[in-house]
Amino acid sequence: MSEARIERTELPEPRYEFGGDDHVFVELDRAMSFDANFRAMAITQQIAERDVEGVIEICPANASYMVRFDPDVVHPEAMVDELREIAAGTDISEYSWETRVVDVPVLFRDPWTHETLMEFRDRHQDPDATDLEYSARINGFETAEAFVDAFVGSPHMVTMVGFVPGLPWCFQMVPRSEQLEVPKYVQPRTATPSRAVGFGGAFSVVYPVQGAGGYQLYGRTPIEVLDVDQRLPDFRDSMVFPNPGDILNYRRIDRETYDAIREEVEEGTYEYAIEEVEFTPEAFFEAPHEYNEELTEVLAR
Amino acid sequence: MIDVLDGGISTTVQDLGRFGHYHIGVPPSGAMDRFSHEVANALVGNEPDAATLEMTYAGADLRFDEECVVALAGAPMPARLDGEDVPMHEAVRVDAGQELETEFTTEGARTYLAVSGGVDVPEVMGSRSTYTLVGIGGHEGRTLEAGDALSTGENGASPDAVVGNSAPEAHLRDFGKGDALRIVVGLCDYRLTDESREELCDVGWTVTPEADRVGYRLEGPELEFVEREQPFGAGTDPSNVVDVGYPIGSIQLPQKPIVLMRDAVTGGGYATVGTVISADRDLLAQRRTHETVHFESVTVEEALDARRARREALDAIRDALER
Repeated sequence: MSEARIERTELPEPRYEFGGDDHVFVELDRAMSFDANFRAMAITQQIAERDVEGVIEICPANASYMVRFDPDVVHPEAMVDELREIAAGTDISEYSWETRVVDVPVLFRDPWTHETLMEFRDRHQDPDATDLEYSARINGFETAEAFVDAFVGSPHMVTMVGFVPGLPWCFQMVPRSEQLEVPKYVQPRTATPSRAVGFGGAFSVVYPVQGAGGYQLYGRTPIEVLDVDQRLPDFRDSMVFPNPGDILNYRRIDRETYDAIREEVEEGTYEYAIEEVEFTPEAFFEAPHEYNEELTEVLAR
Repeated sequence: MIDVLDGGISTTVQDLGRFGHYHIGVPPSGAMDRFSHEVANALVGNEPDAATLEMTYAGADLRFDEECVVALAGAPMPARLDGEDVPMHEAVRVDAGQELETEFTTEGARTYLAVSGGVDVPEVMGSRSTYTLVGIGGHEGRTLEAGDALSTGENGASPDAVVGNSAPEAHLRDFGKGDALRIVVGLCDYRLTDESREELCDVGWTVTPEADRVGYRLEGPELEFVEREQPFGAGTDPSNVVDVGYPIGSIQLPQKPIVLMRDAVTGGGYATVGTVISADRDLLAQRRTHETVHFESVTVEEALDARRARREALDAIRDALER
C-alpha cells in the first residue's frame, strides 16, 4: 500500500455560468478529484483574501465554486473577468493551508438510523439488505465489517459545507482505486436522524439536524456539527463546527462510549479532540497513506 | 409591544436577509417578496432592512400596546383595525390597545406588515430573518403563535408625516399571473436533452402544495436527461452531479423541477438548469398552489434591465412618500 500515490488529474477548461444576474457558478470538473477540490478551495480563499468588490457570498463546492455578487456594484461579465484572473494566478502546487484534524466517534449500526433505514426500504435499491450490507456488496467487500474497516481506515477531508447549516461533505483521502462509491437512495427519505453518518456518491456526510436526505445510512455520531445556541466550547466562534478543508477521522465506538460522550455533549462540557496542522497537497499526493498516518497520529498523542 | 392573538398559517419576522454564511450552509432567508417588504417599510418611514412580518395566505391577528404606524403591502389581504377596514399600501395610525384582524389573501400568497421602527428581535448572524429549519432569527426561530409578544424599534419618522402615505398604484408590481417568469438558462443545463431544454420554457408548470420558503416544487411533463456514464462521485441517477452550490432562484431537477427560494438548501447533487432572475423572484413568491408558472429564457443583460426597472419602481414609490 505504501507505494500508492494520488494520481494528479488534468482539469478541463473551467465553465463559467451565470445563475440569474447575481450568481456566477464555476465548474472546474464534472468528476470529483482532489485537484478539482483543492483548486476550488484555493481560488475561493483568494477571492476572500482580495476582498473583491461586490462579492456577497463565496461558496466553495466539491469540484466547483459559486459566487453571489451585487450586480449594481459589479457587472456580471466583469465579475467573471475578475474570477478568471484570480484563477490564472492560483496554483495548488504552491499552496498549503492551516487546517484541523478532528476525531469523530461513530456508533455504526446504531438503533436510530437502523429504524429510519428500515422505514424507507421501499425507496432503496436493495430493499432486502441494510444500507451497509448493500454498500459493502457493490464495493466488493465480503462483509459489512470489512466495508466499515475501509471507511474508518483513512481520514476524510471536508470538501464542501452546505445543504443545511453545518453539513460537511467529506472525500476520503485515498487513491482513486481505493475510493468507495455508492448511489444515493432511489427516492430521497423524508426523515433522517440528526447526527446520522451517511454516504452518497463518493462523499461521507454528518447530518446536522433531523430532516430529509438521500444518502446511505451507516451510523450515528454522539457529537454535534451544529450548535445553534453555541453551548459547547468548540462552538464559541460559530454555530457551525466544520470548515472546508478540515480533516475528519471517523472512529468506531461502542454503545457505552456513545452514551458517555452523548452525556457530556448534552451537559455542554464535551471538547472535541482537534489538532491543528499545515496541509500540503504535494506531500499528500506523493504518499497519501503515510501522510494520513502522520495526520491521525497527532490525535492519539 | 405587539401581542400575537392568532399567528395565522405561517407568519415570520423577515428582513432583507442574512449574508456571508453560504459557505457553511446558511441560506439568506429574508422576505420572499422583497419588493413588497420594501414598500411596506417605505410607507411607515422605515429603512428597507427593517424587519416586517411576512404573512402567508392567512394573516395574523395582533394587538398593539402602544401607538404606532403600520402598513400592509404585497398580496391583497382584507384587514380591519378595531372593525375599520385597513387599505392595502397605505400607512395607518394605530392607537394603543387597538386590534388588527386579517383574513385570507384574495390573490397572491404573501402580505407584509410593516410597523414604524420595525419589528425588534435580536439579530442572529447579522439579520433578524427567521430561518425555521434550524430555528434561528426572528421570534425564537419559528413562526408566530398566539401568546407571542414582539417589541418594536424607533425610526425617528413623525407619525403625523407618514400616516396617510399611500404607494402610487402605477409603480406597484402587478402579480401578473399570466406573465412568464424570466430565467437565465445555464449552470448544468447540459444534462438536459435539447427537447427538454426547450420544453422547460414551452410548457406551463403547476405550483404544487409543496411550495414554501424553501422551494417551489412544480408539476409538469417529465424532462429527459442526456444519457452518459456518470462522472466519479456524482452518484448513479441521471439527475445527479458532483455536489454544487445552488444559486437562490435556481431550478433543480430531482425529476420534477424545484425552484429554490430563500430558505433553500445551499448545495447538493441535483442538476440545476437555470435561475429565475433577481427581479422575478418576488413574483414567484406570490404564486399560489395550483397556479401556473411559465418560464421565459432571457439574457443576463435583459435580467439586468429588469433589475433596474424594479429598482426604479421602488425608488419612485419612496420618492412619492412623505417621511
